[in-house]
Amino acid sequence: MEKPLTQHIVPGRAPLSLKEYEKVGGYQSVRKILKEMTPQEVQALVKESDLKGRGGAGFNTGLKWSFVPMGPDAATPKYLVANADEMEPGTFKDRVLLEGNPHQLIEGMILAAYAIQASISYVFLRWAYKVAAREITKAIQEAYDAGYLGQNILGSGFNLDMHLHTGVGRYMCGEETALLNALEGKRANPRAKPPFPQVSGLFGKPTIVNNVETLCCLPHIVNNGAEWFKKLGLTVDAGTKLFGVSGRVKTPGCWELPMGTTIREILEDYAGGMQDGYLFRGLLPGGASTDFLVEEHLDLPMDYPSIQAAGSRMGTGTMIIMDDQTCPVGFTLNLQHFFAQESCGFCTPCREGLPWVEKILLAIDKGEGKPEHLLTLDFHTKYLGPGNTFCALAPGAMEPLQSALKYFREDFERHIHEHHCPWSKAKAWQPSI
Amino acid sequence: MLTAEEKHQIDHEISLVPAPKNACIEALKIVQHNHGWISDESLKDVADYVGMSPAELDSVATFYNLIFRRPVGRHVILLCDSISCYIMGYEGIKEALHKKLNIQYGQTTADGRFTLLPNCCLGTCDCAPALMIDNDLYRNLTVEQLDEILNKYT
Repeated sequence: MEKPLTQHIVPGRAPLSLKEYEKVGGYQSVRKILKEMTPQEVQALVKESDLKGRGGAGFNTGLKWSFVPMGPDAATPKYLVANADEMEPGTFKDRVLLEGNPHQLIEGMILAAYAIQASISYVFLRWAYKVAAREITKAIQEAYDAGYLGQNILGSGFNLDMHLHTGVGRYMCGEETALLNALEGKRANPRAKPPFPQVSGLFGKPTIVNNVETLCCLPHIVNNGAEWFKKLGLTVDAGTKLFGVSGRVKTPGCWELPMGTTIREILEDYAGGMQDGYLFRGLLPGGASTDFLVEEHLDLPMDYPSIQAAGSRMGTGTMIIMDDQTCPVGFTLNLQHFFAQESCGFCTPCREGLPWVEKILLAIDKGEGKPEHLLTLDFHTKYLGPGNTFCALAPGAMEPLQSALKYFREDFERHIHEHHCPWSKAKAWQPSI
Repeated sequence: MLTAEEKHQIDHEISLVPAPKNACIEALKIVQHNHGWISDESLKDVADYVGMSPAELDSVATFYNLIFRRPVGRHVILLCDSISCYIMGYEGIKEALHKKLNIQYGQTTADGRFTLLPNCCLGTCDCAPALMIDNDLYRNLTVEQLDEILNKYT
């Protein structure tokens, strides 16, 4: 099985230095495009490869790039930003790539920057990823020293500077326009679209924000071609994907597997199945802001259309498993506390609605719930849904709530009728502060 | 008062962006690195230096979880309270920390050694529960390990 993104990553071993990375073919794709391809040809290749954004939205990467103004009249400087602000609860895939092979990310960023003719690039990194910060700093310096970054790269006339920016903690920064505000030294509120960042992004200039895993796919697509990349996937979607599993499974972890690998295979063959004494009840397929899937969905392939058809989203591809000894109300409360806390407060439905949802769930969890509370939760899933809020945070928060109310409604009702949490009180969750 | 070294570092950040105020978060990070937190006085110094009003800068400073606008201890414990750590029983770690340190979330030990804060997902969910102390990440935590971990910090 081909594992292009993680082939040079060995857990516990330091990442490859630039010299070592070059020996295994590193930066060949940069040499290739600078010599043989126009920016438009790189865009066309990536579009043809059907690479979809790995940050969660799943939009065709080449198509996203194609909205950047090109040619001599385009505004400059243009920017490329690697979104390494991995903060979706239950998600730990970009950490693997950032700590394990930073040169692969830098190589991908040079390709993306060339494709849109950006001259300044940023790695927007989560503050918590200290090892990654150290390795990326080292790798960027090595890339400058070797002439892959800076002025007139490899004599091609193409210039690219790269900076590492470490954030100071806020989930909103993962939203691309909020991330741009954070980079500009502002509150990370999302921006109105249009204008889209491709036209008016960082400091009002054309900007592309791509997820780390997306960027790491690029060298392999340039080296091996669009057809090769498409064939890596088992179903309709192209490439490999970093899938992760956390929760009460025997061997939680993160693995690079073909797009379209079934949930059951990931859960049983890679995560080792449930721990002894725990039964599977449900899972969030791609982070905290995706709808629950249950037993009947386990044979679905993990690809964008299959998971969407089942009423959820593949999101980041890192699954969170809910076992039978975890209270579904407590589980949902934990998620809603997170979203209420991380709401930027800019738009009213999100700022007011999420704390209301959290309060109701807390009441239900404490045995103080009333039957009408479920109806209040139901209408919130509509009122905070897509189209009613300024950005995708609140609609994302509603995804696990609406599906918990659908699949685990009896558990919510038991809390209300029995006036207490049927699960161990030791596990009853109280929000912090 | 900003030190000459702080001004030098902030100047470097300002040189990378179109306007000085665009470097305000970096400036806050530099000052916090030296003082542990951002006092009202530091806030005003930074605001003056990058050409913002203190209120405008405070709206930025208070937006972010890791800019501290109150004093913290010599070491900050950030305990992950997100979903994977919840499933794997982080509350046991929380209760043990409350007891061992005799502080609740948001408080600092009497000797100024530790501040305890809850934190969003640390991105190491396959090794839950997890916490960070300063720059160090600890994973697959058990209550039994806590004394040994805490003893590393003075």
